[in-house]
Amino acid sequence: MGIIVALAFYGVIKVLLTTGVLSDVNQSMLLLIGVNIMLAVSLNLITGITGQFSIGHAGFMSVGAYTSAILTLDYNVPFVPAIIAGGLLAAVFGVLIGMPTLRLNGDYLAIATLGFGEIIRIIMLNTEYVGGASGLSGIPAKTTWTMLFFFTLISVVLINNFIRSTHGRACIAIRENEIAAEAMGINTTRYKIIAFTIGALFAGIAGGLSAHTFYVITPGSFNFLKSFEIIVMVVLGGLGSTAGSIVGAVFVTLLYTYLREFPEWRMIIYSIVLILMMIFRPSGLLGTTKFSFGKFGKKEAKANDTIEGSSAP
Amino acid sequence: MEYFIQQLINGISVGSIYALIALGYTMVYGIIKLINFAHGDVFMVGSFIGLYSAKYLANAGLPPIVVLLLSLIISMTISALLGITIERLAYKPLRKSTRIAALITAIGVSFLLEYTGVLILGPQAQGFPDIMDKKQYHLFGTSIQVESNQIMILLTTIILMLVLQYIVRYTRTGKAMRAVSFDVEAARLMGINVDRTISATFAIGSALAAAAGVIFGMTYNSVDPLMGVMPGLKAFVAAVLGGIGSIPGALVGGLLLGTVETEISSLGFSSWRDGVAFAVLILILIFKPSGLFGKNVREKV
Repeated sequence: MGIIVALAFYGVIKVLLTTGVLSDVNQSMLLLIGVNIMLAVSLNLITGITGQFSIGHAGFMSVGAYTSAILTLDYNVPFVPAIIAGGLLAAVFGVLIGMPTLRLNGDYLAIATLGFGEIIRIIMLNTEYVGGASGLSGIPAKTTWTMLFFFTLISVVLINNFIRSTHGRACIAIRENEIAAEAMGINTTRYKIIAFTIGALFAGIAGGLSAHTFYVITPGSFNFLKSFEIIVMVVLGGLGSTAGSIVGAVFVTLLYTYLREFPEWRMIIYSIVLILMMIFRPSGLLGTTKFSFGKFGKKEAKANDTIEGSSAP
Repeated sequence: MEYFIQQLINGISVGSIYALIALGYTMVYGIIKLINFAHGDVFMVGSFIGLYSAKYLANAGLPPIVVLLLSLIISMTISALLGITIERLAYKPLRKSTRIAALITAIGVSFLLEYTGVLILGPQAQGFPDIMDKKQYHLFGTSIQVESNQIMILLTTIILMLVLQYIVRYTRTGKAMRAVSFDVEAARLMGINVDRTISATFAIGSALAAAAGVIFGMTYNSVDPLMGVMPGLKAFVAAVLGGIGSIPGALVGGLLLGTVETEISSLGFSSWRDGVAFAVLILILIFKPSGLFGKNVREKV
């Protein structure tokens, strides 16, 4: 049912785009929304579901973006394989970052992921092959609405199915209480690495798609600010809720687009919203409330139920 | 060899700045287990207050040493108040909530300070006035140079450290701080005013960060609203390196990190400097998460 509604949404937008009702600005906003949904949903798997606070998500995104851009620019690899290759390499980085989580938790993990994100950025900044500080430009704008929609749909469906599977339940158990989960026979290390890998995979794909939307990528576009923005989306929607992440991504993208002229106000609004949210409603907008998307009939209808009855980590 | 020692001296003066900021991180973390991301931005605010008060006082025609001392004191006082305000408004309501919620709030406060700064002061860097004339001395007749600024930085750091040691060791507030960091509930039962102790911790930490900000401005002659980000993160690295929660650890970690960074820059890899700092952090976290001076704490079930 949800899939049908999503496809109907896709069709309507497609018609609007081909008939020219939606302007170029709106189209690029739609593409940005899709990319951000993928980023938010994938980070939600790591932070919201598994409870591992990662603040280097933009690092995975940049691995995917750079890999796929180099493949299409220098090696003429077709678009879809290039995007998927970018995602896979990002997933490899996800494993690499997942490994140290054997030893780290909470705050230390947050700082370590921040460090990894920054190291990736600094490596890109100092590698002439990928353009150094000026980055890569002239990337073919191959991301179309159709491509983006199906990549987004697939990633949301896959991640949501993962969350609702046995493995997803294990991840939630780790979030709720790691020691108890371990005592119940859950291999916590393995699940943490799985969460990081899947999250990184889809962040990499999102990075590739965004690189092929906006012609140019620079190391600066994948800094801590970008990671922070993704966190805002997830937290705003409600940690642990896929539907919440989607709503958060849409909301932040709209805010971003309409406040483009006032970048410092945008950051001030982000941070105030975040602080107030943590103080007054730490579970996020949708948080723990069970929400039926049927009556809204939006794309989010795919998620038949959000994660029930569990508090934010 | 002389070149190496020269870099060591430069490294120590960079490291003292990290150490001063790291102390704030370490003290706050030791007491409420919160990585106060906004700490680097308190450093920035302190630097700007130092800049404006130094300009104002220098225009008033006071002698340089008085200008320096007064702007340090003004900057430290206002920043201490800022630290207390941040704690009261943003962190105190979250005392009972999850660590991640508190961490996200801290990131939020950090961005709030940064971009309020950009909004008010503009994004461009501003020149920091030369408070003292810079003189250069040669050490023991060799070619090794020491700037008067570097001596001043080291002196300020050492004096502040001694004051801090005195406060933590011998005053009532210091004893309360140690008690609270050991066990909050037990401290409360013993009649310690926990809220006031936490405020005092924030005040002291923020004052030290502000002092670092003024020193930073005098060393690099340029301050901007986003300047707190990197030194803030690196000071945190320094705190973790030394063992978070440990005051001597913060000092050693800061000096060590400053030295490593300067040596790397002097070898011609200055653009990799920040990367190395984070690599050090990750290695430390992986191999010795408790840091050089930290205690190993086992998680209780």
